[in-house]
Amino acid sequence: MTSSNWQFDTEKSLVESHGLKLDEFEKIVEGLGREPNLTELGIFSAMWNEHCSYKSSKYWLKKLPTSGERVIQGPGENAGVIDIDDGDVAVFKMESHNHPSFLEPYQGAATGVGGILRDVFTMGARPVANMNALRFGDPNHPKTKHLVSGVVGGIGGYGNCIGIPTVGGEVNFHPSYNGNILVNAMTVGIAKKDKIFYSAAAGIGNPVVYVGSKTGRDGIHGATMASAEFDDDSEEKKPTVQVGDPFTEKLLLEACLELMKEDAIIAIQDMGAAGLTSSSIEMASKGNVGIDINLSKVPMRAANMTAYELMLSESQERMLMVIQPKKEELARSIFKKWDLEFEIIGEVTNTKKLILHMDGEEQASIPINILVEDAPEYQRDYIVNDPSPLISFESKDFEDKDILSDLLKMISHPNLCSRKWIWEQYDHMVMADTVVRPGSDAAVVRVHGTNKGIAISTDCSPTYCRHDPYEGGKHAVVETWRNIVASGAEPIAITDCMNFGNPEKPEIMGQFVECIRGMGDACSKLNYPVISGNVSLYNETNGEGIYPTPAIGGVGLIRDLSNTMTIDLKNEGNVLCLIGESNNHLGNSHYLSIIQNKEDGGTPSVNLDDELKNGKFILDCVAKKLLKSVHDVGEGGVLVAIAEMCISGMQGIKIDITKDFLHGFFFGEDQARYLVEVSQNKLEQIEVDASKSAVKIERIGEIGGTSISINSIGEIELSSLIDHHTKWFNEF
Amino acid sequence: MKTHVIVFPGSNCDRDVAVAIQNIIGSSPDMVWHKDSTIKQSDLIVVPGGFSYGDYLRCGAMASTSPIMKSVIENANKGVPVMGICNGFQILIESGLLQGALIRNSSLSFICRDIIIKPTNTKTIFTNKSKISKMPIAHNEGNYFANSNQIKEIEDNDQIAFQYCDENGDINAHSNPNGSINNIAGVFNKSKNVLGMMPHPERAAESIHGCDDGRNIFESLLS
Repeated sequence: MTSSNWQFDTEKSLVESHGLKLDEFEKIVEGLGREPNLTELGIFSAMWNEHCSYKSSKYWLKKLPTSGERVIQGPGENAGVIDIDDGDVAVFKMESHNHPSFLEPYQGAATGVGGILRDVFTMGARPVANMNALRFGDPNHPKTKHLVSGVVGGIGGYGNCIGIPTVGGEVNFHPSYNGNILVNAMTVGIAKKDKIFYSAAAGIGNPVVYVGSKTGRDGIHGATMASAEFDDDSEEKKPTVQVGDPFTEKLLLEACLELMKEDAIIAIQDMGAAGLTSSSIEMASKGNVGIDINLSKVPMRAANMTAYELMLSESQERMLMVIQPKKEELARSIFKKWDLEFEIIGEVTNTKKLILHMDGEEQASIPINILVEDAPEYQRDYIVNDPSPLISFESKDFEDKDILSDLLKMISHPNLCSRKWIWEQYDHMVMADTVVRPGSDAAVVRVHGTNKGIAISTDCSPTYCRHDPYEGGKHAVVETWRNIVASGAEPIAITDCMNFGNPEKPEIMGQFVECIRGMGDACSKLNYPVISGNVSLYNETNGEGIYPTPAIGGVGLIRDLSNTMTIDLKNEGNVLCLIGESNNHLGNSHYLSIIQNKEDGGTPSVNLDDELKNGKFILDCVAKKLLKSVHDVGEGGVLVAIAEMCISGMQGIKIDITKDFLHGFFFGEDQARYLVEVSQNKLEQIEVDASKSAVKIERIGEIGGTSISINSIGEIELSSLIDHHTKWFNEF
Repeated sequence: MKTHVIVFPGSNCDRDVAVAIQNIIGSSPDMVWHKDSTIKQSDLIVVPGGFSYGDYLRCGAMASTSPIMKSVIENANKGVPVMGICNGFQILIESGLLQGALIRNSSLSFICRDIIIKPTNTKTIFTNKSKISKMPIAHNEGNYFANSNQIKEIEDNDQIAFQYCDENGDINAHSNPNGSINNIAGVFNKSKNVLGMMPHPERAAESIHGCDDGRNIFESLLS
């Protein structure tokens, strides 16, 4: 072997160990006009990995609708911003912490919450609600229990301590997540419209300030790890997971909000994935300026840290700011009050370069545009597979099946049973503004000091997406929309967390492309734009990818909290009605998967016209005070939804219907449907209104008693329903 | 009424209790920073819930040695009403103002849900309007413990403030959320001017909370 070959091999493995391809390395050499040094290579690795650069997804994400009357800030900032009237705005985003949570569930999930909280308060908002969307493997997989306990503990541990309520979320189990769980965390904050903070650095010579915790060696290469698949040796990647300190985050939150009341901050960016590297480069890029940093000034937790380590550490609870030079002492005194680090580590320059010094020597000098504008962007090959074929089920296929015992099996299954065990570990009431607690369709929190509220829902049905990514993408969006409508709120906008497998595989890329197309169509039709989000690819282990999971977090506004709706049945004598068309769609339903252990039959199609029509009808009824309770008919179909309403309200119901295909009616997952509770004296009015709006309404039964009874079939006592509903997690 | 709410860096129920005081007692409390050292004149001092200094050590242990706690103790010894809620209760115990200990919940997990409590002694400034009440708990270390001598002492002195119970007021194992000895949810000091309780009355203080039973504690202070 010649010496030059040896050099090439070392270089090649160095480049590959940084998650870069050789052609990407050549692009770096071309851009710089020389080879990068190790620190610079690390910086490129941190900026050009999938997690930070969106290189496989950017082209497609641009196709999503991102603007609307109420959108103040769409994707591209730390979080999106919507107008919620009276000079108030809601700031929100959802982000994935999948890879770290699989390696170290408690800290992975905790720092996921910490990261998304920072994204929101960086914008000047006080966080008011946390939500999440979680996916675990087969409930019987040996790792599942450990992962569930760790993730729930981590989410609670962080949110409870910092004092932001975790008001809801969703949890699913499926074997496709055996090797890659999904932990998607969402935060909603409230700010004043004229006090929103952005990340564009400005003002040549202005100080660049580091605040928060000290920098340690934790989380180095976290973002690069999150951009790769797992294999049998993934345990070795544990040191790339960061460690959270919610108490310090609480200090950082209060100190930042206190400083934001002063006219001191020009730009602010949280140090999240890729830490100091991505925060400084994003601020410089957005402001079209350069930044010089003296790394010797960075507060350090460990001795002898190198430039490379300082730039790539993902130590938590840190922020970078550009401040007004005149306000330096004021800013310093606020951070001192909160016992936090405050250090001027650099300045804004006109070089349009990131220049790093340490111990008097230059460590890196990279033009910002090479890192950002010239970052690789791929239009990867994709294949769109035909959706799984529809199967039309018939009544005779179910003659030997007992509806009530099937219902018990369904509501006791891990995917449909009560999640109380989880949300009782989250403080969901701190801040004393929680109006609708977890367990309803959407969580509702009051905007402090007002009589209006924000409704929030997270959702996705990966099975639908797996078998028909286009309809599945539509469904994920409309499911949150419907949940928000069912809480009495006007849906406004969404954030998304696009969790997929390896985009270099054309069929995975095809899932991504089709989910985006479905989401885009739904968002456009419903005037429900995407204002922020995140993409998590390479969710694969040993070549096996997860189901496509575009988790959606939707937000809506309730102008008058007296119009808030919940799912719990209220009064005996009221009538339960079903809104929307039922067509016995059992394909890919929970019924098939739980009772028959089958996953086929086609994804239900989402008719966006019907969604809009029926949703608008519900909101009109809410405004006219016609409804006592509302529940979206989602996973599990009508009978599962009825059971949830009964359990929640501790009320029974006498169901009186005539159908040819009862299984199809009770367990079918047709879309655009709601169950509503109406008092006897409003029944006629709602039926007339429905007919005028061409909305289908049918009476299901009368509320009362202590059981669900179905004419000609039999009954189940509420106490038995509750036992079955809570059993699985209680024995967890 | 002149009221004060202590603010530790990790307090997170300070605003909630201030809102409840404002709404029910009718005066806006002074928010006292933990690095301050004196509270001159007060009719009520509240030590709110939260995670005072992160509670990575024993809950409330660090807070009990903060500058402001000297003044809280002095005021308590002079007879000023002092109320600790949740983490505030933990801090008052660590400060020596209340007896016993708060250890980890018997379930070993954080619990956030509504519970029902019954006032055990209704002849105090905090409980003269109390009845069987529903309000939330939200804690990881709310399992009240005291040795048998201490329990006898606090029982003999009528120092038990609240006990967890069911809808009918029955005090039983089923209605005990966290393993507290004798279902104890709150205790007084000997002279009954210091109250510590795990449940959060400020989270059950207006109709939007779904229940406003927590008001009666603040209303008791007014009469």
